[in-house]
Formats: sequence, C-alpha cells, structure tokens
Amino acid sequence: MSTTLSVASAKPRHKRVLPGFGLSLGSSLFFISLILLLPMTGLVMQTSNMGWSEYWYVITDERVVASYKVTIWAAVIASVFNGLFGLLLAWVLVRYEFPGKRILDALVDLPFALPTAVAGITLATLYAENGWYGQLLAELGIKVAYTPLGIVVAMSFTSIPFVVRTVQPVLEELAPEEEEAGITLGASDWSVFRRIILPSLWPALVTGVALSFTRSLGEFGAVIFVAGNMPYISEITSLMIFVRLQEFDFPAASAIASVVLIASLILLFAINIWQARYLKRLHGR
Amino acid sequence: MASGQRHQQRVGDSPAVKYTLIGLTLVMTAVLLVVPLISIFQQAFVDGLAVYWDSLGDPDTLHAIGLTLFVALLTVPINLVFGVLLAWSVTRFEFPGRKLLMTLMDIPFAVSPVVAGLLYLLLYGNNGWIGAWLFEHDLQLMFAWPGIVMVTVFVTCPFVARELIPLMQQQGREDEEAAVILGASGWQLFCRVTLPNIKWALLYGVILTNARAVGEFGAVSVVSGNIRGETNTLPLHIQLLYEDYQATAAFASASLLAVIALITLIFKAFIEWRQERAHKAESTH
Repeated sequence: MSTTLSVASAKPRHKRVLPGFGLSLGSSLFFISLILLLPMTGLVMQTSNMGWSEYWYVITDERVVASYKVTIWAAVIASVFNGLFGLLLAWVLVRYEFPGKRILDALVDLPFALPTAVAGITLATLYAENGWYGQLLAELGIKVAYTPLGIVVAMSFTSIPFVVRTVQPVLEELAPEEEEAGITLGASDWSVFRRIILPSLWPALVTGVALSFTRSLGEFGAVIFVAGNMPYISEITSLMIFVRLQEFDFPAASAIASVVLIASLILLFAINIWQARYLKRLHGR
Repeated sequence: MASGQRHQQRVGDSPAVKYTLIGLTLVMTAVLLVVPLISIFQQAFVDGLAVYWDSLGDPDTLHAIGLTLFVALLTVPINLVFGVLLAWSVTRFEFPGRKLLMTLMDIPFAVSPVVAGLLYLLLYGNNGWIGAWLFEHDLQLMFAWPGIVMVTVFVTCPFVARELIPLMQQQGREDEEAAVILGASGWQLFCRVTLPNIKWALLYGVILTNARAVGEFGAVSVVSGNIRGETNTLPLHIQLLYEDYQATAAFASASLLAVIALITLIFKAFIEWRQERAHKAESTH
C-alpha cells in the first residue's frame, strides 16, 4: 500500500493525531446496530418460524410473482429512460451556458425533496383521463394513469436525480485533450462522443442507472396513486407486502419482504463494489 | 489555467447541436418536472383562496401538520448528531471495515420504505421479541407517535452524513491536525476548525433530512395505524383526503409540503452559488 505512487498517498502515513476516534466510531456503530441491524432480527425470526415449503409457497404465489414481474419491468424501463434523460441533462448542465441554468440545476433535485405521496397524487391527477396530460394522451389512444405505464412514469419521476448527479462530476473533470485531438483529426462529433467520451462516462452512467433501478424497485408512495393497483396487472411488490399486512398475514408479508430486502442488499453491495473499483481505476492511473 | 485551450473546438459546440440539446432538455424538464410542480398549486387553489384556507384550517389537517412538525423536530437532531459522528469517523480515520460501514449507511436508500416499516413492526409490535416485553410493561410504540419517529429516523439517517463525507474527504485533515498540535481540545477543534468548514453542507444536510422527514410516506403508513386526528401525519392525511375524493383539500395540504421542497431546492442553489463564488475568489488571488 505505502509504495503505490499516487498524488493522494505521496504524503507520509499519519499517526492518529485527531481526537474522537473511539467516541465517533463507537457511537456510529451503536447507532447503526440499533437503527438498521437490530430491526432485521425481527424479520429473520418471523421467517425462520415458517417451514421452507411454506416460505417457498408464499413467495412464489401467482399474484406475488406477477408483482415481481411488473415491478422489475417498470423499474428497468424507468431506469433506462433516466439513463438517457440523465445523460442529456448532465451534458447540457456541464457543457453549455444559457439563462436559467442554475434554476434547471436546482430543479433536478425536486424529486428528492418532494414527498412521494405528493408526487403520486400530482402525477395521478395530471395523467388521469381528465388531467392536463391525460387528455392529450387519450387522443393518441394512450392510457397512463391506472395502468402499468403509470408505474413507469412514477418510478422515473422519483429517480431522475440519480444519473444526473453521478455523471455530472465525471463529465466536469473530463480532460479536453483527447476530445480535441479527435476533432482535429477530422472525426465527427458523434464518433468522438461514442469512442472517447462515452467510454469515460460509462462507469458513472452504469452506477447512476443501477441506483435509479434500486430506488425504483422500492418506490411505493408515488406509485400506488397512479398504478390503479389491479392484482396481476399493476400491483407492485411493495404494495403486495402492504396488502398481506392489512390481512394480518404477518408471515406472508415477512416472507415477501425478505425477498425484497435480500434483492436490494445485493444490489446495494454490488453497486458499492463496482463504484469502488472504477474510482480506484480512475484515480490509480 | 486552460483559458488558452478554451478556443479549441469541443464535441457539441456547433450551434445547431447545442441549441437542439438545450431545447430538448428544457422541453423535457418542463413536461416532467415544472408542469407537475405548478399543477400542485393550481389544484390547491382551483376553488379559490377561501376554500384553500378552509381546508388547511380543518382540525384534522391542523393536527396532521402539528404531528408532522413534531416528528421532524425529534428526527432531525438525532440524525444531525449521528451524521456528524459518522462522517468524522469515516473521513478522519482509517480502520478496517470503513467501506462496509459506509455501505451499511446506505441501506435506507436501497430498501423499500414499506419493508423498513415492516421491520420495525415485527420487532416492536406486540408479537415481536422486544414488543412483547414492551407490551407487558404497557408501552405501546407501534401505531403511536414513537413508532412514526423511529421509522422516520431510519429512513432519513443517511442524509447528513452523505452531504458531509465528500466535503470532509476533500478538505483533508491538515487544518485539524495543526489545531491539535497547537493544543486545541476536542470540542474547541470541532467548534473553531471543523464546524466553520462544513457549516453550509451541514445546514443543507439538515434541511434535506427535514424535507424527507416531513414527507415520509411508505414506512410511516405501515407503523402509524392511520388514526385520524391522532397518528395521521401530513402525507398520510393527504392520502386519506385524496382517496376520499377531496382532491382540493388533499392538494392544499400537498402544497405545504411542496413549499418545503422548494425552500430546500432554493437553499441548495444558494449554497452552490456561494461555493462557486468562493472558488472564483480563491483562483483570482
């Protein structure tokens, strides 16, 4: 470690001069255990009381499987859309100067700051048949509210900021030399973008899309108002858990929740490992 | 430093491409973000100002507003202290498991809020191993305000740390080490050296935590029990009104949360504007 040459590690290794290591780490660990890890024991205990076959039966119930499919498909479409729109937004915010740029930059974070229930009723009203967008789309024969398409709209709304905020800093730091060389040598804008810029942005773009996908899988508040929540058609998995809870079927709710929890933890760890690897490669060179 | 190179052509510089991309971005942002934001207020005021005030003056609405503020008032300080301690431990010290700690901190981002609520319900509800003990001692946390506070703390715990960590990493520990060598105590060090450096990011972290705390929906709806006038927070109250076909009243309450979201965005834009100015002032010296 100490022999690697990089700008950051050029200084000698520090002894621990600063105070508060025990206090800050100790209380952080205590807090994380109490708030994040302890609650998981309840879920583990609840599901371990079920037999394996009962567990399997509950999580592969036809209606539940339909909800996995709807949730995953909607999240895939929403995050791919956000990948494209986010890349466009990041590009325009970094590369161009125009009036209102600061407002646009601030607006990108609106979905983070706006409560999901507010987003939900707003989108439902806009896309309903008598709403501003619903009326226009109805003329084209497209129904969004109370269909699976509504789920996609809600998911992409709530996860717009992820791609922009991961791509933006990388795009800002991109050195212009290679790009200028490409243009000087007579390559078209598009081929320079595809061959030089896109490969540098790719890791950040993948991270952003993956974050947006993870967030979309778990989205609840915004979705339930627009989805119509028809069993087998437009019912997301989070809602499935909620329905089982309202039936006081705690074991079933816990079993489905464990599937969702495991999937999101795997995604979270995969994203963090991937991000650490590409950051290392980026700064290692 | 790169001012000499600025004259060179870069990808997407030609006016045709530039204005097409800016135009496309502005149109899409208007459709996806601006119109929904405006429509919240349009719906809230559709029956005039008197109706708007009337629906906000409803006793149940007032109670929901009060409960929501109360929950935020308890949640924000807890997560402020935790966020600072966590950021201090992971940016000022190297220790095994540091990356794991940062990944664990991200769990609330990745987990569906319904699952988060369920975890707490299973542990602290009457059937949970802690809940059963609490029940014997006549303590009811779930379906009451303490449960709402607990899940809100869970959902919003990463925000302060998330704002602080990149900034504190970038600033490095030299200033603080110098202060220690000059004999500053731990508390002096924090108040006189660290705090002035991080105060704006910290304030934004607090404001963002607050925005998320007042708007949390999925997790709260699992543990609240939705008792009108008792355990209904503002987002739950909005759902109740909306599903009760009182859309105008729902949007009146939603407009309050939208204003909080707007304040959050304006504040963020202000901080970024300050940082940019400080940056420019530094580079001209």
